[in-house]
Amino acid sequence: MIEEIIQIVVLLIIIVTAIMAVSFKDLLAAVISLAATSLLLSLEFYILQAPDVAIAEAGIGAALTTAIFILAIKGTVREEEI
Amino acid sequence: MMSKIVRTITNILYSSILIFGFYIIMHGHLTPGGGFQGGAVVASGIALVLIAYGYDTAKDWIKKSNLSILESIGGLAFIGVAFLGIGTTFFYNFLANSGTLFGNPTVIGINPGDLNTAGVLPLMSWAVGLKVLAGLGSIILLMAYGIKKGDEK
Repeated sequence: MIEEIIQIVVLLIIIVTAIMAVSFKDLLAAVISLAATSLLLSLEFYILQAPDVAIAEAGIGAALTTAIFILAIKGTVREEEI
Repeated sequence: MMSKIVRTITNILYSSILIFGFYIIMHGHLTPGGGFQGGAVVASGIALVLIAYGYDTAKDWIKKSNLSILESIGGLAFIGVAFLGIGTTFFYNFLANSGTLFGNPTVIGINPGDLNTAGVLPLMSWAVGLKVLAGLGSIILLMAYGIKKGDEK
């Protein structure tokens, strides 16, 4: 019972962070939301007893894609500063 | 180059991330994870240093040529270890239960796990881990290099 409640809560937060990632105007905030989505998704994989997939998701999804996105954002300028 | 807070946290966390990644690679045949997952964790440590210190400072510590050599060593070691068992079949586990390197017999039942088992599997994990960490590290490094080139134009 407690496990189902934890899963429902985690999945709801995943949906909220995913919607936040789409709706943010600030690119850096959107990328951080995407990283939070990946991190919570890896937590969900761990709850579903797939720790192997959870480590891969945390390493690739939460860390490396965030790093690549942040590097890409550093190469751009904000719309207000043009 | 990011703020002093980010750089201080990086100095503290960098060695821990690297050791955790190499731990995942080393225990690939016992615990969840393996070559790919451990290599990805180590590469995320490299990405942390690159983002915190910027390309100009970090390029002295993480060299593209070293990563290329590491990636080649990983691929060649994987195929080489696979060919060493060609007397029986390709990928034959000739080290398992041999009593030498990684050659202890596997313990049956619930136990904490013996690191010195599983024959060639840990060697394969190390080969895959080196290849993945060098490959993903090169991707991040070239991404940072390209953005720096774009800034200069």
